[in-house]
Amino acid sequence: MKKFIRTGNPYIWLTAGTLTICLLMICGLVVLIMVNGFGIFWPRKVVRVTLYDGTVALGEIAKRESIPHQKGSFRTKLKIGNRDVNGLDFTWIDDADIVSWEYPADTLVFERREWGNMYGFLKGLRQDGAVKPQRLEVMMPLLEKSQTLFKQIRHVEKKEIGNINYQMEKCRLESKHLERLQPSEKIQNKLATVKTRMNNLERKYREKEDTLTALYTTAREKEVVVLLADGREKIMPVFQIIRVYAPNKMGFFAKMSFYIAKFWEFIWGEPREANTEGGVFPAIFGTVMLVLIMSIAVVPLGVLTAVYLKEYARDSFIARLVRISVSNLAGVPSIVFGVFGLGFFIYFIGGGIDNLFFPDALPTPTFGTGGILWASLTLALMTVPVVVVATEEGLSAVPISLREGSYALGATKIETLWRVVLPQATPGILTGTILAMARAAGEVAPLMITGVVKLAPSLPMDGHFPFIHLERKFMHLGFHIYDVGFQSPNVEAAIPMVYATTLALLFTVLVLNLTAIVVRNKLKKWYSTGSM
Amino acid sequence: MEYEKIKVTEPIVTINDLNLYYGKTKALKGINLDISKKKITAFIGPSGCGKSTLIRCLNRMNDIIDNVTIEGSIKIDGQDIYAHTVDITELRKKVGMVFQKPNPFPKTIYENVVYGPRVQGINKKNTLDDICENALKKAALWDEVKDRLRVNALDLSGGQQQRICIARAIATEPEIILLDEPCSALDPIATAKIEDMLVELKKDYTVIIVTHNMQQAGRISDHTGFFMMGKLIEYDITTEIFTNPREKQTEDYITGRFG
Repeated sequence: MKKFIRTGNPYIWLTAGTLTICLLMICGLVVLIMVNGFGIFWPRKVVRVTLYDGTVALGEIAKRESIPHQKGSFRTKLKIGNRDVNGLDFTWIDDADIVSWEYPADTLVFERREWGNMYGFLKGLRQDGAVKPQRLEVMMPLLEKSQTLFKQIRHVEKKEIGNINYQMEKCRLESKHLERLQPSEKIQNKLATVKTRMNNLERKYREKEDTLTALYTTAREKEVVVLLADGREKIMPVFQIIRVYAPNKMGFFAKMSFYIAKFWEFIWGEPREANTEGGVFPAIFGTVMLVLIMSIAVVPLGVLTAVYLKEYARDSFIARLVRISVSNLAGVPSIVFGVFGLGFFIYFIGGGIDNLFFPDALPTPTFGTGGILWASLTLALMTVPVVVVATEEGLSAVPISLREGSYALGATKIETLWRVVLPQATPGILTGTILAMARAAGEVAPLMITGVVKLAPSLPMDGHFPFIHLERKFMHLGFHIYDVGFQSPNVEAAIPMVYATTLALLFTVLVLNLTAIVVRNKLKKWYSTGSM
Repeated sequence: MEYEKIKVTEPIVTINDLNLYYGKTKALKGINLDISKKKITAFIGPSGCGKSTLIRCLNRMNDIIDNVTIEGSIKIDGQDIYAHTVDITELRKKVGMVFQKPNPFPKTIYENVVYGPRVQGINKKNTLDDICENALKKAALWDEVKDRLRVNALDLSGGQQQRICIARAIATEPEIILLDEPCSALDPIATAKIEDMLVELKKDYTVIIVTHNMQQAGRISDHTGFFMMGKLIEYDITTEIFTNPREKQTEDYITGRFG
């Protein structure tokens, strides 16, 4: 035994074992998220269960577990959907109560715009009060038509009415501004033009509203009759349906194409039903934009601080104190930065900007409320220590001989820094930036009080001048996870979405980091050879 | 131990009663020395004798180091280089320096050579190209690298890197070139090339070289100064020093009895 310890092998086992445990935990986490996140879009079979008491349930199997204290008995959690009829999405069924399991081939799953999925059988279409039995194939073109209709309605609602609203707000602010000035004939004239413009816009608005009502009426014309598992019938407009599929009949390729369509919708679509369905595109966009603005802010801040500390400050007590304080900033809980951001950026600076530049909109705040800029700056402040430390290390690694070489050629300190030292330290700086980005992308707490919202009406970047709207509130993947998983009315039904969103967050961070790494390597090459 | 000041025709550097302290340690003790124009002057002596410190005074490289105090005067072309009115960067352009270990910047060969001119604000491509070619020719490197000026200088061999550093110094058109043991990290062939080049450079520049290698000093230098413990022990025409040293310490060092 003693001899064995002497060989040093136990230490190898100890260290390697610890590493293995860490790796296993991380791999487990990633695999869990990947399996669940990627798995949710795969269409699952729908089972019809008949019980001894005569009830019939139709749904997807969500979970199976053994009943505690009863050996060999199981129960099943069934997602029965039809929230508008049943009230609940899920039900538990004991195996002991079951008479039969079946997978009826003509079971349909209706994905709806509201109330979640509906499981049932197609009875027919209702038109002018009469129900005509129809097959699924006949319904498909109707579905496509209603999709185009939906796109039309969205276009009118979001783009056209959104534009009118935007212009109306501008008119309102302008007239408010003019009213505050000294009244004169010129201003009266201007006010009159603004008023006519406003009236025109209001007329346009009413027209659009009428179009919208008309569109909605057409949307409600065709109705589909669905036969539910318990024999009841449910009538709903075709317009309600996003997608119909018969999972029990689907072959592998049908399932595959369904999967791809769902995945596409998840990445590029907008959320539905209190974020528990649909896509996460606004959240991905918000996260990426947040991180980019944060990087733009944090790099100069951190690099200049580090350059001062390393290159200019003498190694005095104060410099050491500052250095320690900066390092310790990294340990401050992020929520504290959030509160600081709220107090300093939003109330103080934002409020000041509002008073100076947007007085007409007050008391509605423009910059004096949470927004993507303030959230980014708060995160930049939070991650600045990472960049400072990395830059300092990068600067220390530049050999003194290079600096001397530059000085000896008549370069001043700043020229030496700019031409020799900083290029050499760039990989280190970028490594710090990458770490900062990774930290910022996953941070949620400070965002909750500096501008993240559950559902943002518009992206922080669009076609209206000045195209980038830094004052706007935004959505964020991390907050989305929290919101969907813990704040939505139907938490159980949202679990798959939580996994998928987590996966989206991981991938977003990964892509951001990979981009930064590629940039770093390109820069390295560029500095050493003078070409990319 | 006094030595007789040799008669230097056309002195370009005049050092008078130079004392240098690192903190409280006296590293140079009462140096008096004239260096003649367009000659090669070698400083020899055992490690830590102050010869590197002395040449680092000539372009005020010691300013970078904290805690250095200097007494006495150094005049270059009659101008006291430690006067308050002196622009250090101007001085360093006039007095180029090459270090012990080759320290090319991690840039292309071309960018290395034109670094000094660029810092001076020359940006015209034609001018820079000419400067680069001339400097590399003087450093006897042009034929070796003319086809690969865009290659990273760190990809060259040690001897070539050192000649890049010399070319880099030449490119700023200095009057004096200081070399701090430039061949100590190089093999004999690379050393020979640099020595040939230095002899060639003597036509246009004043060369001051610190070396550990006495044969080297004997081969290339016109004047030699022998240092020990921060003092200039003997300073004379090289052949005199090597064949007929006046001081016992010099003789011991040269004949290899110590150091």
